[in-house]
Amino acid sequence: MPDLGLEVLFKGKNLARLLGGLWTALRISLLSVAISLPLGVLLGVLMTRNNRFVKALLQFYLNFIRIMPQMVLLFIVYFGSTRAFGWDISGEAASVIVFTLWGTAEMSDLVRGALISIPRHQYESAEALGMSKSQTSLYIIIPQAVRRLIPLSINLVTRMIKTTSLILMIGVVEVLKVSQQIIEANRMSSPNAAFGVYLSVFLLYFFACWPISLLAGRLEKKWS
Amino acid sequence: MKKLSRIIAIALTLTMVLALCACGGSKKEEGPVYRTLDEIKASGTINIGVFSDKNPFGYVDENGEYQGYDVYFAKRIAEDLGVKLNYVSTEAANRIEYLQTGKVDIILANFTVTPQRAEEVDFALPYMNVALGVVSPEGKVIESLDNWNADEQMIVISGTTAETYFTENYPDIPLQKYDTYANAKNAMENGNGVAWANDNTEVIAFALQNPGYTVGIPSLGSQDTIAPAVSKGNETLLNWLNSEIEALGAENFFHADYEATLVDTYGLDYEESLVVEGGIVK
Repeated sequence: MPDLGLEVLFKGKNLARLLGGLWTALRISLLSVAISLPLGVLLGVLMTRNNRFVKALLQFYLNFIRIMPQMVLLFIVYFGSTRAFGWDISGEAASVIVFTLWGTAEMSDLVRGALISIPRHQYESAEALGMSKSQTSLYIIIPQAVRRLIPLSINLVTRMIKTTSLILMIGVVEVLKVSQQIIEANRMSSPNAAFGVYLSVFLLYFFACWPISLLAGRLEKKWS
Repeated sequence: MKKLSRIIAIALTLTMVLALCACGGSKKEEGPVYRTLDEIKASGTINIGVFSDKNPFGYVDENGEYQGYDVYFAKRIAEDLGVKLNYVSTEAANRIEYLQTGKVDIILANFTVTPQRAEEVDFALPYMNVALGVVSPEGKVIESLDNWNADEQMIVISGTTAETYFTENYPDIPLQKYDTYANAKNAMENGNGVAWANDNTEVIAFALQNPGYTVGIPSLGSQDTIAPAVSKGNETLLNWLNSEIEALGAENFFHADYEATLVDTYGLDYEESLVVEGGIVK
């Protein structure tokens, strides 16, 4: 077996530090997910309404967030808010704000897409059967839209977890930063540590995202 | 229905704006972004920006403790001020930003003094010497930058003096830029570029520790110094730092620092050429 430098993981508190870093990444991304999913659903529903002003506003918001690289958004919120208004936001709070803004925007577009993908005749058939507007939504439209939404939103959630690797640029020490610290601290004693440490980071991300994919698969099956 | 959705939209916009404000906490009055010496003492904590992945200058050991040449000095600063030390993990590319927004009081992250940077931040007296160096694999040592093959790339770290130097003096050499030291090192080891330009302390250490690499160009550009930096205009802290560095010269503090943190990496041969004692460059 090639030397992967795995022994550095068992030096001192390294393993605990790596797990602590993963927890930081998950805490930030899952908190943002929890806020942005309901907000995204609300905005997505609003986007399908025929109010031109609301539509334009939401389109502007969505495109602004989409065009800006997440790194730029992080710098704007973390450093920009201090420069412009003198607010002293912590790195973690700034990350949650950016990830929530981003998650809400992406989620709203997914919801909008899922809603308009339901064919016109589904509404019409429901009406022909004498269903009221709220009954149509509850029994016909929402179940179909949610099923279309699951794989897409799971994709978004795992993307949000993985993108936390950028927040080391605003001083938040998450799993990737800890792994770089471990590699660097041992660069003389274990020059191969990069392989082993990055491999463990890969496994950590995998085991963080895998249960979410499993859950999504199960939900899709249950509701199909 | 239409009316309702309009109301929800307005409410949402307002909540988001409010949420943004609330997260920011209280707004400061117009004034300097930095904290004066007295404000730092009164708060009981000093925020010092250091590297957390740049062994042996600033790194984190296996117990999660900050260590290194810069950190050794940072600890002494906090001790002499009688305050607690809060380490902030910085990257080469965001050091100036941290000072300009007052998110740290001092940067002690292997910060090379340059005229451009001196316009953005205030440097105290130096505590180390540095020049640029270029390291390359032994099989194909780069000893000169003339007649550069345009297909080959030079690895640099964004925001370092090496990047500025090459952009200004060798615009024809294609640069391969990385945000972190760890990524640049990986790229060098994977052969993504033909050579790596960085501070000579870095490339000497890299070549000493990694067999198969040689420093083909040990000294490039002007001799520079490394110094602590504070936010532009923070006179009280700057003056205190300068007198601290002068006073520490009397006890040969930075020689002791070198022997505690750098000797394993560079050996004793480089001590006199690297260390600047009492802020006086020889």
